[in-house]
Amino acid sequence: MPSFSHFFQTFISSKGLFLDATLLTLKLTIVSILIGIIFGLFFALLKISRIKILEYISNAYVFLVRGTPLIVQIFILYFGFSGIFLIPDFWAAALALAFHNGAYIAEIFRGTIQSVDKGQMEAGRSLGMTRGTAMRRIILPQAFRRALPPLGNQFIIGLKDSSLAAFISMNELFNVATTLGSNHFDEMTYLLIVAIYYLVLVALLTMIVSMLEKKLAISDR
Amino acid sequence: MNSREMIKIENLNKSFGSLHVLKDIDLSVYESEVVCLVGSSGSGKSTLLRCLNFLEKKDGGSIFIRGEEISPDTHNINDVRQTVGMVFQHFNLFPHKTVLENIIEAPIIVKKIPKSEAVDEARELLQKVGLEDKADVYPSKLSGGQKQRVAIARSLAMKPDIMLFDEPTSALDPELVGEVLTTMKELADEGMTMVVVTHEMGFAREVADSIVFMNDGKILEKNCPEEFFDNPKEERTKEFLKTTALK
Repeated sequence: MPSFSHFFQTFISSKGLFLDATLLTLKLTIVSILIGIIFGLFFALLKISRIKILEYISNAYVFLVRGTPLIVQIFILYFGFSGIFLIPDFWAAALALAFHNGAYIAEIFRGTIQSVDKGQMEAGRSLGMTRGTAMRRIILPQAFRRALPPLGNQFIIGLKDSSLAAFISMNELFNVATTLGSNHFDEMTYLLIVAIYYLVLVALLTMIVSMLEKKLAISDR
Repeated sequence: MNSREMIKIENLNKSFGSLHVLKDIDLSVYESEVVCLVGSSGSGKSTLLRCLNFLEKKDGGSIFIRGEEISPDTHNINDVRQTVGMVFQHFNLFPHKTVLENIIEAPIIVKKIPKSEAVDEARELLQKVGLEDKADVYPSKLSGGQKQRVAIARSLAMKPDIMLFDEPTSALDPELVGEVLTTMKELADEGMTMVVVTHEMGFAREVADSIVFMNDGKILEKNCPEEFFDNPKEERTKEFLKTTALK
């Protein structure tokens, strides 16, 4: 174990590199979660569409993503597709993470959409709304609210999963930590430092999510 | 009473799987008429009401609204629903919207009425149901009776020709039933055509123009309240009235 003063000095001297890496990690996480939310919503709607073929497609997607390791998905997108069309490293990682998060988010949305009382849809329909309008105006706003806690959780998982982008040589937090560690023959110090960065990021995210939850909770029954 | 036929049901049949819920129903409702559907649980009253708003799909028979046969295949059901309002047992207010937003939602989104106009009308409706001070409150802050009056106002905002009530007071505490029935009575007095599924025999006797007694998916008896309560024709009706009198 490194001494505290050594750890502290290293922490200060490496902060420039780590802050750059933090930005990349955040960018990767936010982009992949946002795209993942779009994927998730899309596949959740397919799943509740009551159209068999669309349900199958959605089930297949969730099965594929949940049934294979994320690192395999990242490598397939990076190595597999880079031969067919040029895909920048950042987007290979972001899309793989989005594709991965999307499956879990689809399940979150499906659950919260179905948890909204069916009387809500009937009330909307009885006022002359189409199924789509009632879904958009009445069901989804309530489903989003209920999805917030599990989405926050998925956001945290997504942040930590972004460390796997190190393996396609993205200079995100984990990659910077291992690279600096091996350059200085001092792996443990840099690993402890990067753990602190992750902890702070997760703490910030947790705070933001709980603030959002409070803000949106006003109308809950 | 005006004799214009608002609703005409012919030979309506509906099954849920092997359960035959509505059997050869024939019924007419005229303009400004208040019809109360009564009967024990499971007799098919709510299903009949839901068929009128096409929330349940009929299996056979015809439904005419203002003389026009309505079928989901040939009509835009959403347009039909704008003229047929529905009030639910469990209110089904939108919990993420304030009282005012609940009322203006459909006029703005479905009817494309300008917001200022919709808000003015909504405030008038709230005044009518005695809740003008609750406009900016969320439904969770209202009592059951207040929720149901907001739900009535929300339906009325679409300016329907017919109002359907599905056990509107069954989910309420006894002391809150009166305020909702008063609102409904006012609506009846204004000449609204109403079909009400209810267990409130007092309301049925006082407000209804005719009472329809359903049993086992069939209409057993249709009569004016005086005849229905004081001089029931069917044995089954007498039994039913005896059990409700005990309550």
